[in-house]
Amino acid sequence: MQAVIQATIDFLKAYWAPLLCGVIIVAVLPLIAGYIVLVERKIMADMQARLGPMRVGPHGLLQPIADAVKLLIKEDIIPESADKLVFWLAPVLSVGAALLSLAGLAIGPAFQVAKGINIGILFVVGVSAMGIFGIVLGGWASNSHYSLIGALRSSAQLVSYETAAGMALVCGLLFAGTLNVTSIVEAQYNQGMWFGLLAPVAFFTYLVASIAETNRAPFDLPEAESELVAGYMTEYSGFRWALYFLGEYTNMIVVASVATTLFLGGWLRPFPRTHWLNFLDFFPALSMIAVGAYCVMRAPKQPVRVQQLFMLAVAGLCFVLALVLAGPLLLPALKPSLAVAVKPFQDGILGSFWFLLKVSAYIYLFMWLRFTLPRYRFDQLMRLGWHFLIPLSIINVLLIGIAMIVGSYLHMEGGWLIFATIPASVIALIIALFILAAEQKHQPQRAGGASDSYAG
Amino acid sequence: MAGTTITDNGEKQRTLLGADELILNMGPQHPSTHGVLRVKLKLDGERVIGSECMIGYLHRGVEKIAEHRSYQQFAPYVDRMDYVAAVSNGLGYCEAIEKLLVVEAPPRAKVIRTILTELQRIASHLLWLGTHALDIGALTPIFYCFREREEILKIFEKYCGARLTTHAFRIGGLQYEAYDTLEKDVERFCKAFEPRVAEYEELLTQNRIWLGRTKGVGILKAADAIALGATGPVLRASGVKWDIRKAMPYAAYDQYKFEIPTGKTGDTYDRYLVRMEEMRQSRLICLQAIENIPTGPIMAKVGKVLKPPPGEVYHSIEAPKGELGYYVISDGTVQPYRVRIRPPSFVNLESFDSIVKGHLVADVVAIIGTLDIVLGEVDR
Repeated sequence: MQAVIQATIDFLKAYWAPLLCGVIIVAVLPLIAGYIVLVERKIMADMQARLGPMRVGPHGLLQPIADAVKLLIKEDIIPESADKLVFWLAPVLSVGAALLSLAGLAIGPAFQVAKGINIGILFVVGVSAMGIFGIVLGGWASNSHYSLIGALRSSAQLVSYETAAGMALVCGLLFAGTLNVTSIVEAQYNQGMWFGLLAPVAFFTYLVASIAETNRAPFDLPEAESELVAGYMTEYSGFRWALYFLGEYTNMIVVASVATTLFLGGWLRPFPRTHWLNFLDFFPALSMIAVGAYCVMRAPKQPVRVQQLFMLAVAGLCFVLALVLAGPLLLPALKPSLAVAVKPFQDGILGSFWFLLKVSAYIYLFMWLRFTLPRYRFDQLMRLGWHFLIPLSIINVLLIGIAMIVGSYLHMEGGWLIFATIPASVIALIIALFILAAEQKHQPQRAGGASDSYAG
Repeated sequence: MAGTTITDNGEKQRTLLGADELILNMGPQHPSTHGVLRVKLKLDGERVIGSECMIGYLHRGVEKIAEHRSYQQFAPYVDRMDYVAAVSNGLGYCEAIEKLLVVEAPPRAKVIRTILTELQRIASHLLWLGTHALDIGALTPIFYCFREREEILKIFEKYCGARLTTHAFRIGGLQYEAYDTLEKDVERFCKAFEPRVAEYEELLTQNRIWLGRTKGVGILKAADAIALGATGPVLRASGVKWDIRKAMPYAAYDQYKFEIPTGKTGDTYDRYLVRMEEMRQSRLICLQAIENIPTGPIMAKVGKVLKPPPGEVYHSIEAPKGELGYYVISDGTVQPYRVRIRPPSFVNLESFDSIVKGHLVADVVAIIGTLDIVLGEVDR
């Protein structure tokens, strides 16, 4: 007994920080996901000439909380003919995998749950792909045709697009030479350039594949509302359904973070080693001041006093954030002796800002596409995956590898490598388009899928 | 027996992977069956190998009700058939009874009827476009469409107080004189509408995904379309230039110039293009009509109690969805002996089974959408 307690205390002593991070992730992430939903609805409303949620709280800001409460107290329905255990387990698997994969990600140089994990990216990709089991099992256990079709679509989609996404990641990993998340970002710092700029085609491939992987429009076939009602989650209601939702949005955060880490320079600002761009370090603080000023300006125009006060509160928060973001830059200017002591904070605070900004931009792109594009049909989705994205990503990896060898022979250092990799990417794109064209000539778009081997 | 399924006519049909067929009940509660249509799909994986439409969930016995109401009393009922194009329904009914009574609406009434009916066509097509795009997965166009439709409904509201089931016309003409700014409102709408249509087209017409989802989907050949009795945009998209507004002009359509847009292949994309062009043509008709609205009475001389002479009459108009026909038999009393309605949605839905075969589940919704059915009209 004594030994067990001692072991527990030792464990806690050694791992209190990651444990705390884990608790924070599990506790806070649902809230963040809820607010991403609200932001999505607001953006959608803005693009569709309407207002979106406005009733709960000022500008509908309490909507996610109201939704969560509603979903929690809803009757929990399990279909009579469902496989109860699997039905119960599936959403937990889905959301569990998504939350677990967050452990491998680093928001800043210091913020990582599984600190220094040397298989970082592999861990994240592998664990987040496990979430598909939740979808497949949930669709199967529901014992409903819509759910089954949704689950089948989802698994086929994941298998097809995970390959392309993986190959695109390999491209980035070739540059970095490591799977460690922190080292990857450091490699981009040493390169002086984001890998997304070195290998734009790989970034594009990952972008498309990650949309498909997270089942977002225009690849939202597994839950295609107008076709399959709600796909694999047709039979789910209440909080189980909310868990699937949470899993989906967490997955969005995960793929956005992976893309940010590998292609968009993680917590680095654009062109981190170009010194005349140093003024960009002030961008976080200035942007916060701008948002705050806008809130102050708009506050008198709010119709209700509560809303006015709320706007002012938001403005105040923005100014405080601006102060925090500007602090690491201003302190050394005031007292040069502090420069060394402040440096890690500068990386941490400004780095987190850049990281979150990039992740938000990536997610915003997801949303923008969702509201703009119609949905692919299943056979078209498969054709796009197998006839275009997979060949493109494989050829791209090969050519980028060759370009790197050529670059090292020609002593292309740092950012100069771009002159080898960009032509390689362009050639890869051209070859892939050739393959696509040849494939289409060989097998023209038919009416329906009468002889379509993908539509199984 | 695994691997083979027996089709309706007894022949054996192999499924692709040798699996059993899957029977999927789409509807009556389904997001994109446009009301309460129920389709029983036989699937091989996701491929449709057979389908059966089950209708009647919204049956209200409209034709039977007609036999127990006077001619005027029945007029509001027809608004409830195709409830997204109530004005067109009313026009068809009023003109049919006028034919039976051998009276003619005064020219002013005819022109105002034409304007409102064409606005209704635009409103109906806008609703179709929005829901069709939504079915195919484009979330945004429906809100833009509703923005414009709202303008039209506002004009209706100003004219007769109702927005959806308007009951705008009376047998023999109009009950209400046009309100003062009707012409201005219609003109303002028409001016604003042109760039808006271009906006929708920008979102969809050249969109690769949209092309992929609509081109070659649900092809209805001209001969089949005629054999199945399809009318309206569904027939015209197959390349048949048939529009009752030109063929058998009613209301004031003989006074205006407009084109009949036709398609070539009769697929979903052509039907989309035809309807888009029809909205533009309707706009032109409205613009021509407001230029010169004749003055004069708005009601022909019909009695308080309508007692048409015994006889029968068939009158059809070009409703937004196709040929809307009324076949009315009078026995000389105040109530019709029989009213038979030919609803375009019902007849167009007949072609569903034949064009959906071989497509995927995703195309089923596209095809239901492109036929532009309203279940209130299908079931009556």
